[in-house]
Amino acid sequence: MSLMAEPSATGRFGEFGGRFVPETLVPACQELETAFRDAWADPGFRADLEYQLRQYAGRPSILTECANLSEQLGLRLILKREDLNHTGSHKINNVLGQALLAKRMGKKRLVAETGAGQHGVASATAAALLGMECKVYMGAVDVERQALNVFRMKLLGSEVEAVQSGSRTLKDAVNEAMRDWVASVETTHYCLGSVMGPHPYPWMVREFHRVVGDEAKQQCHDLFGDVPDVVVACVGGGSNAIGIFSGFVDNRTRLVGVEPAGGAAVGRGQPGVVHGMRSYLMQDEYGQVLEAESISAGLDYPGVGPEHSYLASIGRAEYPSVTDAEVIDAFQLLARAEGIIPALECAHALAWITREARNMQGNTVLMNLSGRGDKDVAQMMDILAR
Amino acid sequence: MTGIVSSGVLETALRRRRAEGRKLLVPYITGGLAGWQEAVRAVAASGADAIEIGLPFSDPVMDGPVIQQASQMALEGGATPVSILDQARELDVGIPLAVMCYYNTVHHAGHERFAHQLLAAGISAALVPDLPLEESGPWCEAADAAGIETVMFAAPTAPDDRLPLIAARARGFVYSVGLLGVTGERTELATTAASLARRLKAITDVPVLIGVGVSNAAQAREAVQVADGVIMGASVIRRMLDDGPDAAGDYIAEVRAAIDA
Repeated sequence: MSLMAEPSATGRFGEFGGRFVPETLVPACQELETAFRDAWADPGFRADLEYQLRQYAGRPSILTECANLSEQLGLRLILKREDLNHTGSHKINNVLGQALLAKRMGKKRLVAETGAGQHGVASATAAALLGMECKVYMGAVDVERQALNVFRMKLLGSEVEAVQSGSRTLKDAVNEAMRDWVASVETTHYCLGSVMGPHPYPWMVREFHRVVGDEAKQQCHDLFGDVPDVVVACVGGGSNAIGIFSGFVDNRTRLVGVEPAGGAAVGRGQPGVVHGMRSYLMQDEYGQVLEAESISAGLDYPGVGPEHSYLASIGRAEYPSVTDAEVIDAFQLLARAEGIIPALECAHALAWITREARNMQGNTVLMNLSGRGDKDVAQMMDILAR
Repeated sequence: MTGIVSSGVLETALRRRRAEGRKLLVPYITGGLAGWQEAVRAVAASGADAIEIGLPFSDPVMDGPVIQQASQMALEGGATPVSILDQARELDVGIPLAVMCYYNTVHHAGHERFAHQLLAAGISAALVPDLPLEESGPWCEAADAAGIETVMFAAPTAPDDRLPLIAARARGFVYSVGLLGVTGERTELATTAASLARRLKAITDVPVLIGVGVSNAAQAREAVQVADGVIMGASVIRRMLDDGPDAAGDYIAEVRAAIDA
């Protein structure tokens, strides 16, 4: 059996996961679980999703060999180009799945949270495609630093609400989206953007991103007839990492999820419960959730998906962290060496690879380039001008 | 009905008062908010039958703007679960006290340790709004063993076969969530308030109290036509934030008069 099999009946990956939601949402989570199980076993639904992923999102995404950086770092660096998907990141995989599922369940409205805006843009896009209403909650701090994506969502016909509570970042956007869902659950689907939240979300979102790992495994086989030595991805909630890990978890490949130093849930957290799940969580001595602080809005989150907590707890994956300064260097490095501007989130993965390259000489390293950096260009312009 | 006969302090008190023909009134006060102990004393003196003390949490997903603001102010003032429970020990108001807290507060302290902290602080019961039936086992076991009553929530979205399971697990009272949504004041009592309370009354003799969206004396009076009582939160806290602890007491006296009339 795969290490990434279905979670237990209570939505547990080991001792992590579960369904810690207000009573109002329990029937909705149960209904969603049943609907997903039913849809995922239905060849018609799978065909609809595959069609949209191919003709709309542009899958499969390609692999790119980084000839220049490989030579510089002394390893073979290959990128999985999720940045080339429609809307510019891996987020579209999950969103098309959830939006088709919501439609199948008779829901007419989507709510979503977003950090960097990538999931918000993807949700707004799917809503436009499928003729649904969509409201996106985004922390006020992120609205400011990701202004381009805010405008993009509005262009796509979605409403964007700037969340003023708490740290005014991703964590608070999730709170507000959940509050909306508590009030609107009869007509609305909560289109959660990562492998987090109450059961069945961590499992369902992983299944929608499994396509990344499945493709990558086949592509690696075609390219060099083996699996990579190391697979690296950035981790906030952890959806792009879970997606690519799923292709290699049952092989010998070393799995590395890179967290921001200011939001290192696995690295600095303890098991806790927030946003419907039990997982590693940055918290104080009384269990108050700490505010994450990262240059990257998409990783600015004090928790992590429960399956990552499980993979960490059994030692199958490792979760180092990198600093904002290392990320800024990596962002520029990929641009100059390879002509690819990465999202700040993915620059975390590259920052770790460059730091650890001396210990991986001759290795084949596959990195999930989960998003493109257009959204971050204005922020980087400010940072580099300082 | 063959409800579980509980020896808990809260449920015993509420059942006795109900048997006397009294409608039950449970105000909510955010612990750690400036003047919160005075507010507890004021509402106790104004006709409350029990009091819910909120332990503020960084991420209160079941709460609307007013209680979010109160929680944040309390946290910024340095309140912690430990400091609030220490202060609660000094309260001697003659009616049962419960805490309302999010599950991570319990989880982080540890189930048994938290139950004993409550006991030591003179608290009879706990309400944990993000701990639904399916996840409640370990906490309820520790709470039962320590003699802490765990109030369970029932929501308008529950199918009929779920309500008896919730009622069977409830100690103290059943919290009948008045509407689809988070805490906060509304202009009218939602129609779901009466319909859910009616469904619960038909299957349990544990006291049924309506909370969330019961926003003034008139709505409280309307709610107790069906339910055994009401929980008043945001409307109390708003008055406390605007006009201080005594205003909370005056307001509860007004609600008491309305539901007794």
